[in-house]
Amino acid sequence: MLQGVINSIRESQVWSSIFRHGIPRDRRTRVMAIMSNVFLHLHPVAVRKSGIRLSFTWCMGGLTFFLFIAETISGVLLMFYYRPVVEYAYSDIIGMRAHLTLGIMREIHRWGAHAMIISVWLHMMRVFLTGSYKPPREFNWVVGVILLVLTMLLSFTGYLLPWDQLAIWAITVGSKMAEATPFAGMAGPGSNLLQLPGGIPIVTPYSDAKFLLLGGESVGEAALLRFYVLHCIAIPLGAATLIAVHFWRIRKDGGISGPM
Amino acid sequence: MISLLPNSTLLLASGAPDITALDKFKDFVNRWSVPQYSLPLFCILMFAAFFWYRKWTKPAIFWPLMIGFTIVYFAFIPLDDSYASILKKPDNVPISMMVFLTLYFLWLGLRQAAINDQNMEIGKPLIEEDREDKVLCWPDLVYSELLAMVLCTVVLIVWSVLLKAPLESPANPAGPPNPSKAPWYFLGLQELLVYFDPWMAGVVLPGLIILGLAAMPYIDTNPKGNGYYTFKERKFAILTWMFGYLILWCVLIVFGTFLRGPNWNFFGPFQVWDPHRVDPLTNINISDVWYVVLLGGKLPENILVREWPGMVLTVFWLGALPVLMTRIGFFGRLRSQMGFSRYYLMAVLFVIMLLVPVKMVGRWTFNLKYIIAMPEINFNL
Ligand code: HEM
Repeated sequence: MLQGVINSIRESQVWSSIFRHGIPRDRRTRVMAIMSNVFLHLHPVAVRKSGIRLSFTWCMGGLTFFLFIAETISGVLLMFYYRPVVEYAYSDIIGMRAHLTLGIMREIHRWGAHAMIISVWLHMMRVFLTGSYKPPREFNWVVGVILLVLTMLLSFTGYLLPWDQLAIWAITVGSKMAEATPFAGMAGPGSNLLQLPGGIPIVTPYSDAKFLLLGGESVGEAALLRFYVLHCIAIPLGAATLIAVHFWRIRKDGGISGPM
Repeated sequence: MISLLPNSTLLLASGAPDITALDKFKDFVNRWSVPQYSLPLFCILMFAAFFWYRKWTKPAIFWPLMIGFTIVYFAFIPLDDSYASILKKPDNVPISMMVFLTLYFLWLGLRQAAINDQNMEIGKPLIEEDREDKVLCWPDLVYSELLAMVLCTVVLIVWSVLLKAPLESPANPAGPPNPSKAPWYFLGLQELLVYFDPWMAGVVLPGLIILGLAAMPYIDTNPKGNGYYTFKERKFAILTWMFGYLILWCVLIVFGTFLRGPNWNFFGPFQVWDPHRVDPLTNINISDVWYVVLLGGKLPENILVREWPGMVLTVFWLGALPVLMTRIGFFGRLRSQMGFSRYYLMAVLFVIMLLVPVKMVGRWTFNLKYIIAMPEINFNL
């Protein structure tokens, strides 16, 4: 009975319009399964056995990518309930906790972010230990380094959004650093040497690197909006683009590394 | 700087009854956990781990060690309130995960390196060398990917059900909490603020970490160890990188999260975070050492004259040391193998990384504050 139903689904016009190959049971259909699916064809059709051993890659790059997707999905859900203005931000978070049944989306999003940071570090450590940054993969390592920075910035910008004490003071500590940028920050070395003729300072509290980051002198309304836009749009788009480049380069560089 | 008076002595002074062996042990750990002792210890531990990597990575040795460590790590939760409150804070859970995962994966990597290095010596193939042909991605790879995704989802859901995401009182721009901490993954940098000014700890050093990481594949011209685990063939690269990652990044994060309390004072794992403790700072600059301590005079008015000793040291460190290092056989060989620009890029990044522990030691031994102190233009190094 059940087998009959399954078979008739598999023979239906709908099914065969989506999957243009039989059940992946023999070599030909398995190859087709990878090649005719836009997501799966990220993979090559065949790989060296050692390259996919769990103890070789630790699956850390893959997990990082999976966590990125999990963060995207849970993040979109959070955006339905959250307004990035000082009046509402905190109470929206409270509201989410109070009113949503099974509301663990915020937890998934926060712990997922922490996990992604750890997994991206471990991924970097394994790529380092296997020497996989060596030719021909130098450039993909550099792409990875940018992804590493973006991952941490994603987490950092998200940290502000709950608008509680933890959030604003962590970001205050972080953005103090921007103030100390050599030449470009108010408190940075050399910034008071930059002057227009007549002794007019160029780097002021209203024009330094910290102001650029926060949109104000301290962490306030403008910073919240800036971090929200960076967190939900700018950095994810950048990261997604670079992840695409990263994956494409893995294939172009000859697949997962292995001894020559 | 740090109160070396053990807790139990204080208890005694206040007339409290018996000190148990446990209290003594806690005092011992508290006293030895201050950075000036524990950081060198961690370094020794790391270098020892790489020196004997073929021995302890054997599963029969590693697993008992790891299990023992795990037991000790968690055993003190019921035994000590301060320790428990640090470890159980939801936002600190990732740091414990980082500690265990890093140790585990360090083992997994070094274990395979040990096997490969052994195999190369006796002419056997590497673990990664496939005798067989390639395998198809469907099903071999996609199934394990599916499994990994399912597992990861389960872990994430369980974690989220068990631990609520923290939410403190609403933002109050007028009332900073004490201590105010950056997000945990930046706490290594915040820890560096103890030793460096923000322009170094927050801008220059992180910038150089990123730059150095990106430049790494172009600096490291060693053709060996590409695509397989090994330690023997890449000792210098691995030790340098691991020192940066394990000690200067991970250990400092652990310090910053677990052991830095109010006013960024250092507290042992079993010490109560006392917000009123004041650690007097009597730090001195190189210019003070030179003009006041050694020459017995006063600081000159002109800042360039005043700071020349520190400037000479800095120029020596960044400019001359990379050249002088080539006199050492190993670096000399690197210099001729790598060529001019690669070698000096590597060497300058290398000495800047070394500057971090060197300045720490300066602080611990003679309270060094700044090598160059020019507050007039916010330039303090
Ligand atoms: C969002 C962050 C990242 C994602 C999603 C990601 C994803 C991946 C995946 C899925 C792989 C396939 C092999 C594996 O899983 O190990 C890979 C390989 C690689 N990754 Fe990443 N990665 C990220 C960050 C990084 C970082 C931070 C670095 C280095 C600094 C890096 C460098 C590399 C290199 C060089 C390879 C090729 C390794 C080989 O051929 O053995 N990636 N990455």
